[in-house]
Amino acid sequence: MQRTVLYGRHAESGARFVPFAGYEMPIQYEGVLAEHRAVRERAGMFDVSHMGEIRVRGPRAQPLLQRLTPNDVAALDPFRAQYSAFLTGRGTFVDDLLVYCLDSEDYLLVVNAASRARDLELLETAAAEEGEGVRVDDRSDATALIAVQGPRAADIVADVVGAEAADLRYYSFLRQDAARRMVSRTGYTGEDGFEIYTPPERAEDLWDELLARGRDVGLAPAGLGARDTLRLEAGMMLCGQDIDEETTPVEAGLSWIVKWKKGDFVGRDALVRQREDGCRHRLVGFEVEGRGIARHGHRLTVRDVPGCAGPVTSGAFAPTLGRAVGIARLDCGDGGPPAPGSAACVEVRGREIDCRIVKLPFYRRPKQGA
Amino acid sequence: MIPDDRLYTAQHEWLKVEDGEAVLGITDFAQQELGDVVFVELPEAGQEFAAGAEIGAIESVKAVAEIFTPVAGAVEAVNAGLEDAPELVNEDPYGGGWLVRLCLGQEEMPDDLMTAADYEARLAG
Repeated sequence: MQRTVLYGRHAESGARFVPFAGYEMPIQYEGVLAEHRAVRERAGMFDVSHMGEIRVRGPRAQPLLQRLTPNDVAALDPFRAQYSAFLTGRGTFVDDLLVYCLDSEDYLLVVNAASRARDLELLETAAAEEGEGVRVDDRSDATALIAVQGPRAADIVADVVGAEAADLRYYSFLRQDAARRMVSRTGYTGEDGFEIYTPPERAEDLWDELLARGRDVGLAPAGLGARDTLRLEAGMMLCGQDIDEETTPVEAGLSWIVKWKKGDFVGRDALVRQREDGCRHRLVGFEVEGRGIARHGHRLTVRDVPGCAGPVTSGAFAPTLGRAVGIARLDCGDGGPPAPGSAACVEVRGREIDCRIVKLPFYRRPKQGA
Repeated sequence: MIPDDRLYTAQHEWLKVEDGEAVLGITDFAQQELGDVVFVELPEAGQEFAAGAEIGAIESVKAVAEIFTPVAGAVEAVNAGLEDAPELVNEDPYGGGWLVRLCLGQEEMPDDLMTAADYEARLAG
C-alpha cells in the first residue's frame, strides 16, 4: 500500500484512512457531513496526490491524443484544460481524464490512480507507432496534487500562490516556474475551486500555508468521503463505478466530450452507431422520495416503463439536499431513457422505496453575486 | 466512559435489561466507526424477533450497519426521535440515541454478553 507525501499531515489531523486504488487515503477528518458543508459554504482542501499525471510531448503528441481521445485536442489553446477519456474500440470507458495543453506539442494528462498503468500502456503502445515523434513520461510519483474547493477557495489560493490565480477562468491554468507548480481552476465538487500540482517535496509546506491562510474563513481538510458526496451531488461520474468498460460517453450523458467532426478516434464507429440507432443502456439520476438510502448495487426499477430497470452505480445521502440520491445504469430496451419525473423504486433490505427520475446534476452552485 | 449499568455484544451494541424489558443501542465506538448517521430503519412495535435476528439498520453517509438483537423479544417501542434526528445516535449513543425497547420472553439470556469492563478490555485489545 502506497502513501502520499501528505500522509503525515492527515494522521496529525486525526484522519481515518481507507485503501483506495493502492493508496492509503484519508476518508474523513472531522466527519463527512461537516467536511461536505465546509466545501459548499466556505472551503475544503483535499489531498488527491494519488491521481496519475502523464506528460505527452513532441511534434506528434497532438495527433496521437487526437486519435486516442474523443474530445478535440486541437481546439485546446495553451493554458486551457479539457475533460476527456480513453475509450475501448467498443466506445466504452478505459478511463476519464483531464488534458492540459502546455503548448501544441506538450500535454499533461491527469488520470485516475486505478487506471494509471493501463493508461500508460495504451499511451506507450500508441507512441511506439509514432516513433521519435512522441515522448510519454509518467510524472505521477513526481507530482503531488492539492485541491482547494468552495466559495472562499479563490481568496485563499490567491493569497498563497499569487493574485493571478483569482483571474483564472474555469478550466484554465497557469504555470509558476520558480515554484515548479501548476495552478488550475478545476475540481470535482461542483464548487468554484483550484487544483494545485506541485513537486512532492514542496507539498507539505503548501498544505500548511493553505491551511493557515484558510483558518479565518473556515477552510477544512476534507477526505474521500466528502469528495464522493460532493461529486455525486454535482452529477459527476466516478470512473470504475458509474462509468467503466461497459459504458460509453453516449450512454453516460457525456456526449459533449465526443467531437464527431474532428476525424477518427478510438471507439468512434461504435459511438456513431449509438448516436444513430439509440442506446439500450442509460445512466440516469434519481432522488429517493421514501425513507431510506439507495446504495451501489441496489436495483432501480422505473414504474411507468415496463422492463426498464438496472443497478444503482452510485447512491448516497446528499447532505446539501437533505435526501438520498443516486445514479443508476438502466436497461431501457428500445424505449429510450425514462423522462425526468418518472416514478421509480429501489429495493433496499427487502423493502421497496419510492424514487423519482431527475435530471443531473442534483446540485448547481448559486451564481456569484446572486 | 463505557456505562457499567448494561451489557455489551461483540457487534458493539449495548443492552440494558430491567424488569423483563431490554433497551438496545449501539456503543460510542460503533457510532464513531460508522460516522455521521443520516437514517435509522427500525422495526414496528409488536414485531417479534428471535435472538440474533436482524431488526433494522443504521445508515451513515458512507456505510450501512445492520442492527441485530442479541435477545429474543417483542418490540415494545422504538425511538421515534431518530426519524427527525438520526444524529442522536452519534451525539448520545448511550442515552437519547437508543434504538428499541424489547419485551423479553421466557428464554434465558445469551451467555456471550459482556460487562462494561470486559467490553472495554476487548476494545483495548
